[in-house]
Amino acid sequence: MDILTIALPALGEALALVFHPTQLMFLCAGVLLGLSIGVLPGLGGIAGLSLVLPFMFGMDPVSGLALMVGLIAVIPTSDTFSSVLLGIPGSSASQATVLDGFPLARKGEAGRALAAAFVSSLYGGLFGALILTCIIFVARPLILAFGLPEMLMITILGMSMVAILAGRVPLKGIVACGLGLLLGTIGSAPAGGSLRMSTYDIPYLVDGFQLVIVGLGIYAIPEVVSLLRQDKPISNSGTLGRGWLDGLRDWWRNRWLSTKCAAIGVVVGVIPGLGGSVVDWIAYGYAVQSTKDRDRFGQGDIRGVIAPESSNNAKEGGGLVPTLIFGIPGSGSMAVFLGGLALLGLSPGPSMIRQDLDITYTIVWSLALANVIGAGLCVLLSGQIAKLTTIRFTLLAPFLFMMIAFAAFQSRQSLGDLVALVGIGLIGILLRRFDFSRPAFLIGFVLSAQAEQFVNMATQIASARFRRGMEAGLDYIFTPITVTLLVLTVLSIVIGIRQSKNIRENIDTHTGTKRAPMIFLLAVTAYVVISIGDAATITRFGDKVFPLTVGLVTLAACLALVVRMMRRPETDDVFIDLESGGADAEAPQGLWRTLAWFLGLLVLTGLFGLVIALSLFFVGFFRLRAGLTWVKAALLAAVGVGFIVFLASTLGRDFPPGLLQEFTNLPWPLR
Amino acid sequence: MRQFFTARRVGLSLCAVSALALTAGLPTPAQADLSGETVEFVIPFSESGGSARWANFFAPLLNEALDGNPTVVVGYRPGAGSTAGANWFQEQTTDDGTLIFGTSGSTQFPYLLRDPRVRYEYRDWTPVLASGTGGVVYLPADLGARFDGDLDDLRDEFFIFGSQGATTLDLVPLLAFQMLGLQVEPVFGIEGRGDGRLMFERGEANIDYQTSSAYIASVQPLVDQGLAVPVMSWGVLDDAGNIVRDPTFPDIPTFAEVCEATDGCETEGVAWDAWRAFFVSGFAAQKLVYLPGSASPEVVGMYEEAMAEILARPDFAEISAAELGVYPQMIGEAALVAHEAAITVSDEARQFVLDWLREDYGVTLE
Repeated sequence: MDILTIALPALGEALALVFHPTQLMFLCAGVLLGLSIGVLPGLGGIAGLSLVLPFMFGMDPVSGLALMVGLIAVIPTSDTFSSVLLGIPGSSASQATVLDGFPLARKGEAGRALAAAFVSSLYGGLFGALILTCIIFVARPLILAFGLPEMLMITILGMSMVAILAGRVPLKGIVACGLGLLLGTIGSAPAGGSLRMSTYDIPYLVDGFQLVIVGLGIYAIPEVVSLLRQDKPISNSGTLGRGWLDGLRDWWRNRWLSTKCAAIGVVVGVIPGLGGSVVDWIAYGYAVQSTKDRDRFGQGDIRGVIAPESSNNAKEGGGLVPTLIFGIPGSGSMAVFLGGLALLGLSPGPSMIRQDLDITYTIVWSLALANVIGAGLCVLLSGQIAKLTTIRFTLLAPFLFMMIAFAAFQSRQSLGDLVALVGIGLIGILLRRFDFSRPAFLIGFVLSAQAEQFVNMATQIASARFRRGMEAGLDYIFTPITVTLLVLTVLSIVIGIRQSKNIRENIDTHTGTKRAPMIFLLAVTAYVVISIGDAATITRFGDKVFPLTVGLVTLAACLALVVRMMRRPETDDVFIDLESGGADAEAPQGLWRTLAWFLGLLVLTGLFGLVIALSLFFVGFFRLRAGLTWVKAALLAAVGVGFIVFLASTLGRDFPPGLLQEFTNLPWPLR
Repeated sequence: MRQFFTARRVGLSLCAVSALALTAGLPTPAQADLSGETVEFVIPFSESGGSARWANFFAPLLNEALDGNPTVVVGYRPGAGSTAGANWFQEQTTDDGTLIFGTSGSTQFPYLLRDPRVRYEYRDWTPVLASGTGGVVYLPADLGARFDGDLDDLRDEFFIFGSQGATTLDLVPLLAFQMLGLQVEPVFGIEGRGDGRLMFERGEANIDYQTSSAYIASVQPLVDQGLAVPVMSWGVLDDAGNIVRDPTFPDIPTFAEVCEATDGCETEGVAWDAWRAFFVSGFAAQKLVYLPGSASPEVVGMYEEAMAEILARPDFAEISAAELGVYPQMIGEAALVAHEAAITVSDEARQFVLDWLREDYGVTLE
């Protein structure tokens, strides 16, 4: 009762504050800003928030909040555009959307997929805001119940999704996931700082790879290159099929799935330290496991769009709970949000909930309202933007290369970002070609760092407890939550292994000779052996045990695959090679020649810096590859370069410099 | 011993001059003007940390105070524990005042420990501002009840401490715990001090520390509810260079007091020198603003003037209290002295810390 008498007036007061015209204006400004940034592949909440951070100081708290919350709330909605239309994860929270959203776009049903995604996002966002309203008073014990063993179990539950996304040959899924995990261990160890597969002579490697780059490399580059080779629009038919009304109906038919996935999103969001990049996978895995007719997942099942999109918006509401109650950010963008709150003179924590309850509820209302405005705008725009899929892809690709390169460069602002992007892109292309599960690889990478840290930390604390007594130790490890999660994990693996054959990224299978798949597998095995050897030389136990264990398991899977390859005939599924038949093999353009364009852009950037390189690349590409006239090529190049320069100047970002910039002192965009 | 006196003298002048500069910070005339320019305030950290807060606090103030009111934008160059950004700054030759760089204890420590990633030299740069902060160590209520001014009664207890890593700012508390003879097992790998506090609240960790602003915002409520007990603060340096009670926490004894009261802990000798050097670098002069060494004297003068103007703002105490805590902001000569103190450690003390890191935690910097 006590809570009600305090909460209700504050809720009403906050409502009045939010609907004040000035605040509404700021909220809409935030939504529009978030929308424009979210639409661009690879740029998400952190880029958007950093854009408004300089203006926070001295702003009226409610207006500042409206601006920031509007921006945060709409990003998981608008990032769906690039996931569905281009097959490029718009941000880390919508990686799983690509799996079914992009095949839908290729079928010419982009409008339907987008509409379903936006309604799911809206519903998830409102659900998250509702939960946030209700539990902000009682969430404290809930959050405190999630210690390291619980977080570790959730991480493992996330990892168990590999089982269902492993593809036709489960062993290949394990290898892909192991590779992802190993890629995540590169650099200095989080605990003791020992170097793994890196040296101080290449400082770039010491920090490890960033999720943005790996996501873009594994998904974006293979898709862009593959589409480019076909020289057709993204939508195979070149037209738009079913429209957005169908999407709304699809969502209504799956409203319970949407609700359950939103609940998953809230729970994962509420737990600090897990981050948002796992929630879409868990929701996707859940959708696959809990439905009966699964054989269309991965080829354009609308439920594969509804599930992750419901969860990733709900996550933002959930993520605000620990941010506001404990002042602990649940994700990178929440961390920047906290910085913004401080600049507004607000200090999140128990006292903020008690003393500034109206402000706290302003955040909740802004969140709900921003979701409505954002989703509404997106649904209205979806029909128009979906037309992108009917444009000849060769005209679209250079702009995508530009955006991908620019987004990747934001991660470390070094040329190494671009080299890493191309290198990981090559891995992505090969994984795709030989039918190794790219989602499994990505899940491995995403969870690598936290799996290692939670294992190390939980082991350390548990052993300290066991030293005190058997009971104290067991109490720590076996809580009701961990046991429940353990059961869920086992169930998820069992169902996953049974069903994984139904989830296919590629419909047709073509096998060629044994040679190419064998060479790739041997190269992978060689890398795994080298990284095991490298891990073995580390002296600090805590830093070596994780890469060593993962390496050995991956090696075992690799060897089992090698044996299978030697025994089976050339037509076996282990020898799947997309270059030996089907769409890729019949494409008018070769794989390497297409990739060479991207490599060319990289080399030019290394020589002249990105802006000059882009200008040359654009003109050359449009003239030589797309066969446009020089005038048209120059015109399109000017549009592209102009856009990126405008974007960089608003965001206050630099461009990758090249050799030329070492020796000369050019003015800004060329610098 | 000679090194010890040096450190002490540095600390002494640091405080004396800081007081001087704060009260009588009269600027030198400057000719430089930045109208229409954009000043980049680069920090070697991401958008999410305390340094980002600090830089974003000063950026709009600099915009108002600098001649010509240039746009001031904060740039982020994170990587390699902030050494990547500092290595980048080392190569910059901007001399017109359109580039300034903010460092923190996390940049100073690798420099002091001669981390192989360090390719920057603090002495090449010109400091224009130094900001200090403090920190408080606290225990859960049951263990706190056994604290009576010394930690003799808590030596048989097993402590768990959530830590970001032995070579980060956590070096200061870890070394303090070791000097006090506490059996503390650090759990490395947390991503921010906030995570350490959460581990404490969950009961997984049973000793923790927070910097001042975080302590006031998030631990004070726990103390008020009887869930946590403050044990000691790091203290601050007084005008004579002594470590005295932190004016933000006048009722909490300093580490020096607790150390003296605890058996086997001494406030002299090589361990103490080492602790003190890293405390000054990590807390007393935690964050510094630098101009590249190539900046002209006029530009340096202009920045000193602008900083003095900011500190002289009538509302500065009020607006800075929430963001930065009540700690000295040193400019002019004082900033120079703070800079010197933050980057100076005797070879003996450095070797002591390196040996201790290797023996106790298996951490080597090679």
